[in-house]
Amino acid sequence: MTAKLQLVGIRKKLRGRQVLDGVDIDVAARRSLVIIGGSGVGKSVTLKCALGLMKPDSGKVLVDGADVTKMPPEVRQRVMRKFGMLFQGGALFDSLTVWENIAFRLIYADGVSRAEARERAVETMRKVRLAPEFADVRPIELSGGMQKRAGLARAIISKPDVLCVDEPTTGLDPITADAINDLIVEMVKELGCAAVSITHDMASARKIADEIAMLYAGKIVWRGPAAAIDNSGNAMVDQFVAGRAEGPIQAVV
Amino acid sequence: MNPFAAIGRAVLAMLAEVGRFSAFTGRAAATCFSPPVFVGQFARQCAQIGYFSLPVVGVTAVFIGAALALNIYVGGARFNAEQFVPNIVVLGITRELGPVLAGLMLAGRVSAGIAAEIGTMRVTEQIDAMTTLSTDPFRFLIAPRVLAATLTLPILVLVADIIGVMGGYLVAVNSLDFNGATYLRNTFEFMEPQDVILGLVKAAVFGFIIASVGSYQGYHSNGGALGVGRAAPGAVGGAIGLILAVNYLITAFFVE
Repeated sequence: MTAKLQLVGIRKKLRGRQVLDGVDIDVAARRSLVIIGGSGVGKSVTLKCALGLMKPDSGKVLVDGADVTKMPPEVRQRVMRKFGMLFQGGALFDSLTVWENIAFRLIYADGVSRAEARERAVETMRKVRLAPEFADVRPIELSGGMQKRAGLARAIISKPDVLCVDEPTTGLDPITADAINDLIVEMVKELGCAAVSITHDMASARKIADEIAMLYAGKIVWRGPAAAIDNSGNAMVDQFVAGRAEGPIQAVV
Repeated sequence: MNPFAAIGRAVLAMLAEVGRFSAFTGRAAATCFSPPVFVGQFARQCAQIGYFSLPVVGVTAVFIGAALALNIYVGGARFNAEQFVPNIVVLGITRELGPVLAGLMLAGRVSAGIAAEIGTMRVTEQIDAMTTLSTDPFRFLIAPRVLAATLTLPILVLVADIIGVMGGYLVAVNSLDFNGATYLRNTFEFMEPQDVILGLVKAAVFGFIIASVGSYQGYHSNGGALGVGRAAPGAVGGAIGLILAVNYLITAFFVE
């Protein structure tokens, strides 16, 4: 089966530092891959390269087997319609209401009428269990958890083939975080999409992932089924999972 | 450290910045004049940039017109030329002070506002989010602002021209014993269409500068609140410098 999304040998240098040094990942439809790793190891950069927000120095980004890095911008933009992204801070547009945020792609990229877009936005709000009475408020009036729900609704409204998630639980209390994790699992199942999430929260990784990959020093150092994470046989993974300061990975404080 | 190397690095950095800014404004201008145009965003920016700037532009114009009348009266009295107050007020306001002062006021109000808003959107990943939602941030954020500023600043300047002349008129009639009807007749008989046109051309160019410098600074800001804090004054300084330089160039071009 071809991978929905595949990154091959992605290298990226930022401010003189080799952040990614040949990253290879792939994820198939209906599978959920979680990339774990410490702060600053390049998890976000990996995701940004996959989404086309950053241009890798070398390497390929294949979507359904086609290399998007070689496509002209307008073709790539069409391919990127298969992607949905949930940002760490929500990244909701402050100047628009919640429903306009959720329906943004429909209104401004797909030319759907406002009435229909609103209807679909409210329907998607119900899916992520965000009460429809919040449709007309500004995102700033929502709690952190509700902002994540709205961000997720915005990411899934066009039924993406690939859902990318950046630190789904950062800044949330454990109960809300768990609810968001459940929601992501549920949405991936319902949409049948491929999911790539990045996190340093092991509880979240265990819940969301079918497969876990660990990024360290610009490379994937381990990859395996989520269930095998506790018996990975990799000292770095063991240290990360156990959350120990001592081990092969030096904590940068 | 080699001083020549330091100077060279600074010059190269400046040239690179000029190049980046030119590419940015080129792309902004191209998206302004190609579909799709987000009409709602454009209308919102016209209100934000044009309508809500009316008070500051109006207040500036009325007081500058009034002060100009007083100064010309005092200066003119030195060689018995007091009667030229209306002529010089209208010339000064339409050709120079109307567009330049409106431009400078908007460089403060609008450039900084655009830089802060787009800068905040950049550091909170809203611009990245827009890209992932298949919408070009240039088209949605920058083109409506650039277009709105380019089109509304001439209207603001036209209003400033009228209010500025009125400021001069009020002072001339109330404190300098001019006859109201004569003052207005002298104003309109002396003024030529090209005076106003020069001012409006300047205004359109200044509008373009104000919005594109603000957008550029915001779009390229990074590093959280600190980055946004740097973008806003950077936009004001850049816009003011460019407006003054371009003002001279346009004036020189028209005079020739």
